[in-house]
Amino acid sequence: MSTIGLTLADWLIIFIYFAFILGLGYYLKRFTKSQEDFFMAGRKNSSWVAGLAFLSANLGALELMGMAGNTYKYGMYVAHFYWVGAIPAMLFLAIYMMPFYYSSRVHSVPGYLKWRFDEKTRVLNAIAFAIMTLLVSGINLYAMALVLHTFLGWNWHICMWASALTVAMYVSMSGLLSAIFTEIVQFFLIWFGLFLVTFLGIVEIGSLREVFERVPQSFSTLWSTSMDPSQNGMQVTWAGVVLGLGFVLSFGYWTTDFLVVQRAFSAKDMRSARMTPIIASFFKMAVPFLVIIPGLVALILASDPKYGFSLLKDGGQINYDSTLPMLIARYYPSGLAGLGITALLAGFMAGQAGNISAFNTVWTYDIYRSVINKNASDDSLLRMGRVTTIVGIVLSVGTAYWAKSAPSIMDYMQAIFSWVNAPLFATMLLGMFVWWITPTGAFWGLVSGMVSSFTLFLAVKFNWLNPQILALSSPVSDMAINFWRAWWAWLICFTVTILVSFHTKKKPKEELVGLVWGMTDVQALDALPWIKRPEFYAAISVTIFIALNIYFW
Amino acid sequence: MKPIWYFVGILLFIMGSIVLLAGLYTWFYPPPEQKILAYLHPDLWWGAVMIIAGTIFLLTNRKKTVA
Repeated sequence: MSTIGLTLADWLIIFIYFAFILGLGYYLKRFTKSQEDFFMAGRKNSSWVAGLAFLSANLGALELMGMAGNTYKYGMYVAHFYWVGAIPAMLFLAIYMMPFYYSSRVHSVPGYLKWRFDEKTRVLNAIAFAIMTLLVSGINLYAMALVLHTFLGWNWHICMWASALTVAMYVSMSGLLSAIFTEIVQFFLIWFGLFLVTFLGIVEIGSLREVFERVPQSFSTLWSTSMDPSQNGMQVTWAGVVLGLGFVLSFGYWTTDFLVVQRAFSAKDMRSARMTPIIASFFKMAVPFLVIIPGLVALILASDPKYGFSLLKDGGQINYDSTLPMLIARYYPSGLAGLGITALLAGFMAGQAGNISAFNTVWTYDIYRSVINKNASDDSLLRMGRVTTIVGIVLSVGTAYWAKSAPSIMDYMQAIFSWVNAPLFATMLLGMFVWWITPTGAFWGLVSGMVSSFTLFLAVKFNWLNPQILALSSPVSDMAINFWRAWWAWLICFTVTILVSFHTKKKPKEELVGLVWGMTDVQALDALPWIKRPEFYAAISVTIFIALNIYFW
Repeated sequence: MKPIWYFVGILLFIMGSIVLLAGLYTWFYPPPEQKILAYLHPDLWWGAVMIIAGTIFLLTNRKKTVA
């Protein structure tokens, strides 16, 4: 690792950011008086606030350094994570699932599982989600510490603890409200802080067209090389992309992961809640401009010795996650360098805050109040939320050390999502759209999906199973294995849930009103003129999505 | 409380001012090692863009409060 010097202006910008978010947390503390304020931000947010927070909660380490690094490694194929791997799921959440989530007034996704199924399914999912959140939180901490270590030369361990403490302070003061406020701030810092990396990269190469022409063909297309895994950078077929990423992992994350869905729960009314993921979808489609193009620019620069550019190396291995930091170091002069680093830090801090605020909500409502103290008072829940924030941060520091040993941040993330979110999506899909799915079927389906996903992970890791069998193709990359493992875990959960439901006791239909499609009058919930209807804006979003896929085919 | 857009305005204005001032300083006192494309002076015009954006957010939200 090398250290890149910063000037007074850079330090000043970094200091102002830290002081600003701590001050914001302190300012918001006076408005956080009840557990509803702390965990749900009072349910008063507009669709724009909730929508930008919805997107920003996902714009952590994964989206910035991880994706730019993966573009360097896999090429344009990574854009699938932003388009087919996000947009359909976000729109499905808005149009079909949000009416059930929001009208049931639950505090969390496990909370919905309790009403639709039973307490044991809720607790199972809450525990799995809590563990997953702490693991993902560790990745954010790891990435934060990497940026500080790379640019400032600080000790990796001290950086991680310093960042963790800052997040712990402002989240414990005002919970989801401060998390959402800092996520909005982060949204603007990321766009203002990283836009110039892309712009100057294009200027140095010559033009955007030249950027695409100078990378290998397999690195510059989305679908045209997807028939043969040996012809695309990620070594995965269109079936793996569509079934594993586009369907299971994407829908599993965007429709059931409480980290992002919690932002929509904080909206002031049903229309705002449904508009939340739709507004986010427009900005999500634009994020590749900030990460995909810099990844391709870095690849071109590193391939030609005349540019004198290379990524950092850790123990002889290329550190792909250093793509964005090294481009910032290349282009940004004094002042702008501080802004670029702050943009990355803001992404990591907000991602960390998002994980912790989701963790403290699920722990407090779905484990503490559900299992440990069923008669907890409002004050007791508020206190528990603050304590859990601190405990969650400490635990995620431990998981950061595990993340440090993973070869690529993104591969690690997908492995975690396929353990928890992939089977959960099968449970939620069946639970929301099929009335005769039983609580026992949902529970055992979820257990079998999670166990099978974890078993497949171990089987490939320890060579008990040939990964080519799992992915139904050859050659096969780590990413392809993740996609296909998610698909099989989803299918197993889906099948077991249905089979067990055939033979177990169903819930009475009157208990499912407002929770299941066909038993809830969705139109009555959202009777608006067409220009204000979420479906209208979803149609615009899906049109842009299709156009992008055709243009970059 | 003040809307979040007000705070976004404050931050963009302050950070844009620092970037712009740093750009002016390096214009008059260029560092010995220049960054790639430094002749475009991205800090000057980007700092100005941030100040303008911050000012718009500040002016449009300075009298607003939200529940």
